[in-house]
Amino acid sequence: MNLFDYVRPATLGEALGAAAHPGAAVLAGGTNLVDLMKAGVARPERIVDISRLPGLSEIETLEDGAIRIGALVGNAALARHPAVKAAAPAVAEAVLAGASAQLRNKASVGGNLLQATRCAYFGDPASACNRRVPGSGCDAKGGDRRGHAVLGWSDACSATNPSDLLVPLAALGAVVEIAGQDGTREVPVAEFHTLPGADGDAGGPQLRHGEIVTAVRLPADAARFAAASRYVKVRERTSFAFALVSAAAALDIEDGTIRAARLALGGVAARPWRAAEAEAALTGKAPDAAAFQAAAEAAMAQARPSAEDNAFKIALALRVAVRALTLAAKGTPERMPALPASVFAPTLSAPSPSAPSFQGTAR
Amino acid sequence: MPLTLHLTVNGEAHRVDLTDPRPTLLDVLRERIGLTGTKKGCDRGQCGACTVLLDGQRVNSCLVLAASADGAEVTTIEGLSADGALHPVQAAFIENDAFQCGFCTPGQVMSAVGLLAEGETGGDPERIREGMSGNLCRCAAYPGITAAVMDAFARMEAAEGERADDRARTEDRARQGEPA
Amino acid sequence: MTDMIEPVSPDTLANGSAHVRLGSNAGQPLTRADGRLKVTGRATFAADNRPDGMLYAVYVSATIARGRVTHLDVDAAKAHPGVVEVMTPANRPPLARDPDAKPHPFALKVDALQNDRVRYAGQPIALVIAETLEAAAEGAVLLAPAYAAEPARMDEATGEIFATEIAGFGNPALFEKGDVEAGLAAAARRVEARYTTPAQYHNAMEPHAIVAAWEGDRLILDMPTQAPALSTAEFASFFGIPPQNVLVRSPFIGGGFGSKAFATGPYLLAMLAARMVGRPVKMVHRRDQQFGPVGHRGATRQTLRLGAAADGRLTALDHTALSTTSSFDDFLEPAANASHNMYASPAMRMAHQGLRNDVGTPGAMRAPGEATGSAALECAMDEAAEACGMDPLAFRLANYAETDPQTGRPFSSKALRECYTAAAERFGWSGRPLAPRQMRDDEGRLVGWGMGSALFPCPMFEAEARATIHADGTGTVEISASEMGQGALTALAQIAADGLGIDGDRLDFRSGDSSLPNGGIAGGSGHTATAGSAIFTAGADAVRRLAEIAVADEASPLFGASNSGVEARGGRLHRVDDPSRSETYAAILSRAGLSSVTGEGKGARDPAAAESRAMFSHGAVFAEVTVDPDLAQIRVTRLVGAFAAGRIVNPRLATSQLTGGMIWGIGFALHEETVYDPRTGRPMNADFAGYHVPVNADVPSVEALLVEETDRHVNALGIKGVGEIGITGTVGAIANALWHATGVRVRDFPVKMETLLG
Repeated sequence: MNLFDYVRPATLGEALGAAAHPGAAVLAGGTNLVDLMKAGVARPERIVDISRLPGLSEIETLEDGAIRIGALVGNAALARHPAVKAAAPAVAEAVLAGASAQLRNKASVGGNLLQATRCAYFGDPASACNRRVPGSGCDAKGGDRRGHAVLGWSDACSATNPSDLLVPLAALGAVVEIAGQDGTREVPVAEFHTLPGADGDAGGPQLRHGEIVTAVRLPADAARFAAASRYVKVRERTSFAFALVSAAAALDIEDGTIRAARLALGGVAARPWRAAEAEAALTGKAPDAAAFQAAAEAAMAQARPSAEDNAFKIALALRVAVRALTLAAKGTPERMPALPASVFAPTLSAPSPSAPSFQGTAR
Repeated sequence: MPLTLHLTVNGEAHRVDLTDPRPTLLDVLRERIGLTGTKKGCDRGQCGACTVLLDGQRVNSCLVLAASADGAEVTTIEGLSADGALHPVQAAFIENDAFQCGFCTPGQVMSAVGLLAEGETGGDPERIREGMSGNLCRCAAYPGITAAVMDAFARMEAAEGERADDRARTEDRARQGEPA
Repeated sequence: MTDMIEPVSPDTLANGSAHVRLGSNAGQPLTRADGRLKVTGRATFAADNRPDGMLYAVYVSATIARGRVTHLDVDAAKAHPGVVEVMTPANRPPLARDPDAKPHPFALKVDALQNDRVRYAGQPIALVIAETLEAAAEGAVLLAPAYAAEPARMDEATGEIFATEIAGFGNPALFEKGDVEAGLAAAARRVEARYTTPAQYHNAMEPHAIVAAWEGDRLILDMPTQAPALSTAEFASFFGIPPQNVLVRSPFIGGGFGSKAFATGPYLLAMLAARMVGRPVKMVHRRDQQFGPVGHRGATRQTLRLGAAADGRLTALDHTALSTTSSFDDFLEPAANASHNMYASPAMRMAHQGLRNDVGTPGAMRAPGEATGSAALECAMDEAAEACGMDPLAFRLANYAETDPQTGRPFSSKALRECYTAAAERFGWSGRPLAPRQMRDDEGRLVGWGMGSALFPCPMFEAEARATIHADGTGTVEISASEMGQGALTALAQIAADGLGIDGDRLDFRSGDSSLPNGGIAGGSGHTATAGSAIFTAGADAVRRLAEIAVADEASPLFGASNSGVEARGGRLHRVDDPSRSETYAAILSRAGLSSVTGEGKGARDPAAAESRAMFSHGAVFAEVTVDPDLAQIRVTRLVGAFAAGRIVNPRLATSQLTGGMIWGIGFALHEETVYDPRTGRPMNADFAGYHVPVNADVPSVEALLVEETDRHVNALGIKGVGEIGITGTVGAIANALWHATGVRVRDFPVKMETLLG
């Protein structure tokens, strides 16, 4: 870890001033930034510690019914908050499916939004990485890309966004509130990370240097899905692992018809992948296997493998989307499952809407 | 950039003078204050060996910049029990053989204490397994760890029940005008 | 859990006496003697030491796997505040022994800055010493090495395949019996399958750590080692000092699994650093530095060919392994040797080849050879059972080896049948459908059951111990044994108390320091047997000396008895012919005017027994897996193992070791894999986020049953060993259960979702 100056501003205004320094990095929970500093991926000249800034640690329900989540709200606190659990249970489930209890206690909502990719080549300063050093190339090409993107990637970068929280936030149309020295602005969570482009442009968070994320706002409209929303996460071990693929699904079902649907996928792209085509395909349909299959196919229609070893993620993501929709249609569980978002969490009945899909002997 | 921190560790005030702001809370505890019960297993928040309670919540002390914890209250394994008595979690770890080499154990114990304080698992083994999954144990004492946390939960519930009974009795006596 | 075990026959003790019996303390399911220290954070591990004036060292890991270091920015590192010294090949002080020499068969070549060559990623190429850990770490970054890199050789296509006569530690690489080809030709059913296992790293929770200090030409080391006394000679040889000038203190080891038994390059650099700066130096590996210079389980590709007659009896068993090693040393994972001793077959062939890649030299990692080899063997047996239309357990019973298939010798003991029965019953194996994809849970998930046989040798090494009876009737037993989680401080103390004929609370058990009598090595699952034998014999020797005094003393109620006419228990000597006539140790010593008597003992295998018997622990593991039918996520919902391992000194601790080993089997089967970049040879997942080991949620139900077994041949105490056997059998059981659940034969480890996805 390089030497740096440490400043702890007392107000947001002071923080914005301090963060404008060219080599400044903003520290909140620290679970990602300190890790990146230890890896040598981040070498800030100045740490602007905003962890005690007033006014950024609250969750409030606004007059219009929207829920405003301060950027410094801890992940665990977010998942435990009654208003969040009531209006956006998939958000709580996604948070609890991520990382470990210790990390969730310290990690902030704003930090989660800015969490760096877990691509091993990004995390290794000895490797070329367009995301770490724009234009430097991508050593992941030719290496292990099993977990890499199948949507929205480019030759410059095929890394994925690792967040669980952002997937339901994107699905539910949450908005990021950003403060800068020139004022405030808002960006939808689903668009907060730009996708990789051409010529070594790996994309990244839409946060200009010196800006600070102050809140994430869940629209009032999110609550209409509260009775039928789930997050499903497929990973390499039962807990404490990043998603290989995940999906957040939220349905507003009335009289056997889907009035509105929300679907986003995680682990498939450089940002949480809001599947607008799938949502449109579901609207007005009965919540059945055929509709879910068609919607998932629509969501993955543009998918293509970024490497030989990750084509399976397309089929897997499709099935995870179907599963999330299927479970959402069964209704939000009254109590958070013991294994949140896990396929091993008990469900109300058999979870196999699609045909048997294994190789080998059929039953 | 030298700086001075004030930490309350296990109820005791510590002033820590640093030559620069790089040390983590873990390295301050171990290398400056000399509380080496808290272990460094990965230094990257991926194993849980460094778990302490920071202002009452379990966290990975390896990812906490000590400067950002200035003024905080920290509880480490050394501060969990006093006067030779064991915390119910510690006692349950011994009885359920919830460790082998013992290196991850301080982190496991602090994590379990944090988990029980969060109060979301009850005695449900599956919730305990999930809630303890941030603490790796390469000896793989997991069956014992889960059993120990269930056991500690039951002990603490029972003790809480007795305290409630005592309170009720005291209140009864007070209502009946008896001396407490 | 075992019942009370019958006492040791004293006649078989090499140099013991008739006075003491195992079984008063030993056999009890005591909680850990070090439990209180460990749950309160007061157990001191190497990195917890902070001697006055200590500096911190961080070594620089090579980021290429092959080539040369062409530049290190020493000036930049030295300019960083707090940096005291930088060690590179240019200024590294001389060593008395060439790090590339192999003076004895167990020596491995190490990397201690002997030149500018890089031969694997993660090799130490420089070391920075500083006043703080943070300064040392940043100094290491600022060295910014430049390389002349050559393409890494990371697979069969680029690496050299070579013939070998040795696999593992001195085992023959080839074994042949009968005519394998004829056996295969004559078979009614044949199975041929190829299995692969990846490079795995031990990753004990405690990273390698050392605090090194010189006092003149005495070297004081706080470090975790599985062989404290033995390691002194090794370290001394590098510095040209007598072994007694090296003191190694290793009271607690935060997990070893084979990685903490040998000298490593970084350790030598820390010792050199302490000498260079004249101050104590602490060096602790970063987690990523556990992937390189401290050994690992080498990758294997194994081919099994099995032939079976119509009744299911094997006609041939052919197991060949291609084991990956480094470019510069020779340790080969002896995978095929796992098939030597498990199943009866008239024709057998086990053979190894080596593959040179640009990786660090592999070594022993929990059940070296047996873990990888039994994974493949048990899978192949399952495939053969399917080919024969037989239940997997019935198939194994049809091929039960009544004598050792390799040597033809009788087994010293073998309660494997009882293990099969106990575990199958506990698991509920009967009624398992033969065909796959027949079972679902109430959520519709696929469920499968599989099993595997477990086996591990029970070697003994050499150890010495000293036992003393004090005037107050208490005892002291001293041995440089290693407490690394297996429970040495508890189990060995139980044996020690019995050896002295006293209660456990009257015993002071001293261990973990190289100045104590040589306790040998905690490895090969042989520590309890070896150190335990030394300890018990030492205790018996002390009691014998005490008895000599008593029976010759007219004032003693024991006067006149023959030496063998008295026995010890509870801190007293009793006449065998009249147990009411007894006397305390304290009284005997007091009257004799002695402050203590001391006995000595050794532990080693009786050569005659070793020649006449085959000695193994056995077990059976049954696994249930649940698989999501669409998403291919896997959970091992149940594991039941039953193990027969001779006398169990402490059932509580033995059970934990066995379940721990079985959970390693879960990691092997489903999680553990090192992903190397094929171009640079750099491990790209060298942390716990990338290199997955099981977490608590992966382990909903694991049970180990202890099957009673008496063995009069392995050693006088009847102790075998339980440290490694748990991982054997389990990997295959899980893979076989996956097949039973899904119909997919898994032959590459770890299992990946895409293997199961259609």
